[in-house]
Amino acid sequence: MFDKEKVTQIKEAADNWENTVIAKTLAKAPEKKPEFKNSSDITVKRVYTPADVAELDYERDLSFPGEYPYTRGVQPTMYRGKSWTMRQYAGFATAEESNKRYKYLLEQGQTGLSVAFDLPTQIGYDSDHPLSEGEVGKVGVAIDSLKDMEILFDGIPLDKVSTSMTINAPASVLLAMYIAVAEKQGITPDKLSGTIQNDILKEYIARGTYIFPVEPSMRLITNIFEYCSSNVPKWNTISISGYHIREAGSSAAQEVAFTLADGIAYVEAAIKTGLDVDDFAPRLSFFFNAHNDLFEEVAKFRAARRLWAKIMKDRFKAKSPKSWMLRFHTQTGGSTLTAQQPDNNIVRVAIQTLAAVLGGTQSLHTNSKDEALALPTEDSVRIALRTQQIVDNESGVTETIDPLAGSYYVESLTTQIEDKAVEYIRKIDELGGAARAIERGYVQQEIQDSAYRYQMEIESGERVIVGMNKFKVSEEAPKGLLKVDPIVGELQVKKLAELRASRENAKVEAALEALRKAAQSEENLMPYIIEAVRTYGTLGEICGVLREVFGEYQQTVIL
Amino acid sequence: MDIRAGLQSGDKRACARLISMVENEDEQAIGILKELYGLTGKARVIGITGPPGAGKSTVTDKLAKLLRQQGKKVGIVAVDPTSPFTGGAILGDRVRMTDLSTDPGVFIRSMGTRGALGGLSKAAHGAVKVLDIFGMDYIFIETVGVGQSEVDIVRLADTVIMVAVPGLGDDIQAIKAGIMEIGDVFAVNKSDRDGAERTATELEMMLDFNIRSQYRPPVINIIAKDNKDVDKLLEAVEKHYVYLVNSGELSQRKKNSIKNEIIDIFKYAMVKAIEEKSQSSSFIEQLISDTVDKRLDPYTAAAKLVEEFRSR
Amino acid sequence: MDRPIRVIVAKPGLDGHDRGAKVVARALRDAGMEVIYTGLRQTPEQIVETAIQEDADCVAMSILSGAHNHLFPKVVRLLKEKGADDILVVGGGVIPEDDIPGLIEAGIAAIFTPGTPTSVTIDFIKSNIKRS
Repeated sequence: MFDKEKVTQIKEAADNWENTVIAKTLAKAPEKKPEFKNSSDITVKRVYTPADVAELDYERDLSFPGEYPYTRGVQPTMYRGKSWTMRQYAGFATAEESNKRYKYLLEQGQTGLSVAFDLPTQIGYDSDHPLSEGEVGKVGVAIDSLKDMEILFDGIPLDKVSTSMTINAPASVLLAMYIAVAEKQGITPDKLSGTIQNDILKEYIARGTYIFPVEPSMRLITNIFEYCSSNVPKWNTISISGYHIREAGSSAAQEVAFTLADGIAYVEAAIKTGLDVDDFAPRLSFFFNAHNDLFEEVAKFRAARRLWAKIMKDRFKAKSPKSWMLRFHTQTGGSTLTAQQPDNNIVRVAIQTLAAVLGGTQSLHTNSKDEALALPTEDSVRIALRTQQIVDNESGVTETIDPLAGSYYVESLTTQIEDKAVEYIRKIDELGGAARAIERGYVQQEIQDSAYRYQMEIESGERVIVGMNKFKVSEEAPKGLLKVDPIVGELQVKKLAELRASRENAKVEAALEALRKAAQSEENLMPYIIEAVRTYGTLGEICGVLREVFGEYQQTVIL
Repeated sequence: MDIRAGLQSGDKRACARLISMVENEDEQAIGILKELYGLTGKARVIGITGPPGAGKSTVTDKLAKLLRQQGKKVGIVAVDPTSPFTGGAILGDRVRMTDLSTDPGVFIRSMGTRGALGGLSKAAHGAVKVLDIFGMDYIFIETVGVGQSEVDIVRLADTVIMVAVPGLGDDIQAIKAGIMEIGDVFAVNKSDRDGAERTATELEMMLDFNIRSQYRPPVINIIAKDNKDVDKLLEAVEKHYVYLVNSGELSQRKKNSIKNEIIDIFKYAMVKAIEEKSQSSSFIEQLISDTVDKRLDPYTAAAKLVEEFRSR
Repeated sequence: MDRPIRVIVAKPGLDGHDRGAKVVARALRDAGMEVIYTGLRQTPEQIVETAIQEDADCVAMSILSGAHNHLFPKVVRLLKEKGADDILVVGGGVIPEDDIPGLIEAGIAAIFTPGTPTSVTIDFIKSNIKRS
């Protein structure tokens, strides 16, 4: 962005400054650390100058908002036109209670729903399965059948809200239930908008709620791509997630690298089944984390956008600009929150909110201050939502687009993170792609090494976490945490027994049998799953049939 | 806890405790083994080895399940390396055998190599004996096929299964270098992957150059995670056993195994005695410093040491 | 006889967040212990059987899903039933302060909440295992 001669001059001047002024200063008072490094293992320099971005070409590398390679944002007017979607992830206990929380959040000005499911639902077990014991309704709402889903969205017009569902291995079943609930509300699938997470690869890597082996899982995912492209065109069919990879301990650069590598695997799988890239790629969405290192995070989002655009255009030859755009949801970093002095978490979340907004997110969930202790209470969820509203309405950062562009530091970081990600993706390609690299444990190993290093830095005091390993106080146990009544499990089991007694079981059996046959063939499974859901076949029954046909995934553990 | 009674009444705690005691070289444990030695020799011992990532634990898991269907009791000793720096280890083979852990007819034990001189082989021998006494019909010993100590362990098996996998490239070379000779049955796992045919062919070719008796080790393609053709693998193991019995090689192997074990125990006792001695006696100190100063050479020093031991 | 301490590191229940369990497993190994890692989705029965067959000194469990009040005490109870209550049981994860007294009462020797240095866990295990 600068002419060569000028850059050379600046470089010389910088060297001169380092050798004189800085050398003298350091001789008198050394800096706090011999080297400053960020999570991505990038050495952070004392000061950045035009010499650090000498190679940057404005039109090629940055361009304008809404223009390839989208470094500055995917929409032409960004938040000047429309604020990001404020979407708090919520759901617990029964469908009835979660329904109440959703209505509360919508009244508070939230603009989209985000459904959290309990673990049995996420792993395709009914509430009465032995492994569900103690887990029903704990980390999200328990959904066993269409009945529960009808209650969950009771009084919420599904053509008016967009709904994000954090569901992966059984994503097809929950999407089918959503479509069936809409049907009952008299809404056709083409009117529905929302997202299913549907990202199985990161479950194998980091989150652990997998069911089936890789191949059938990829088939279910591409079945959804195909079904939605003709029937539910406004639905985001996958949310390729770096969030959990980061929570598992990866660096920012690894978050970009492994997420995009997963994305590549999905695109390849879909193309292999005969889909045209421009038919499904515009519905791919992403999900990233926001941690505390503000500039590294902003650079991460920008690097991810630029790199994905190049991948889609050059590697997959996508023609539609919509296929090139990386649209993403952000959640603030759960693992950055401390159980100690939980009020401090409000400040952390505010910084992370800024990072997400300065990084150009399309939607945001802000964590509540008490999440290192328990599920958030209504009060703390409100503070988290207000944090977003303050950044949006009072901070002024939304008034211009990509305000950190042109910062020597941020541009230099953006390029370095992109380069690191490119290197990782090359390595993963060599190993045979993301799925194979995961089966071998390569990705997990890289993440665990980072996680262990981070923990050791905290324990040695090299990394300061305020309130945890420095600035500690003795404190009382916090009061008023949300508790899920253990009775929820019993209630849910009872409901399930009633359902099994009252539905037309012959119809259920027939639908499940049809599904089994389809699973053994090459057919798209979505229509069969929707049919099974309509008959009030349960999630566990549907996944059970698929478990019998597909088998289950075996975890790769490398420590 | 009364370990003898526990062992005979099928108490897994007693069995587990005795294995620990053997591993920790507890005198009392050796006493129990001496006493119950007559009860050993009934179990079939099967070694499973191969490069990391070949899927050995999954193969073991599936074979064990097949044997359970036949009503056999199965013991498994899974060996993983101990960190030479900290003495700690992460033993992760059970991850692949989760459903077996609650099967009353299965006993799984993870073991670290612990790095002691000949220690592992001794501990593994001990564990096999304990499981044998405990009434297991089949005992699997699973190790990573890289070092000499693994080869030693596998030597105490009646049948050794070498698990290979396509696409690990140089591993075939490693197999050739070390373990080719001791494989009685070869399994090419993950045989749905590219390169499976080539791996099998290469193994067959190596076996062509490696004829050691009228028995030729078979090469079997399997997909352990899908339980595909694992029954064929088990069949091959059984066939090998029949061969061992009919050819008289079994008694030869048993004899060799016992010989190795006696020598191992002896060697270990000697090394230990020397170590103990070198802490207390100036004799060894003197030998060492003489050798350092070139007044002696290591050969002469060792000869003097042997003499010293003999004379006592 | 100097022998390594043997610890089962287990993830009971359906929770798949194993960052903490894995970091602890590594730290225990680096402290010279033999760590038997069970992987995800373990039932209390499986954990107890594993602890017995491995002749473990300690069972260390991690849960972030909120199912701790159900699963931790069940492991202690089953160990007792099998006469294996000489095995030390500790737990960790996202566990509200309010729940800790009840868990201690149920026989879990210690609960390590987020932010606990691994060195604290290591020291606790070293000084509290019931067998020499």
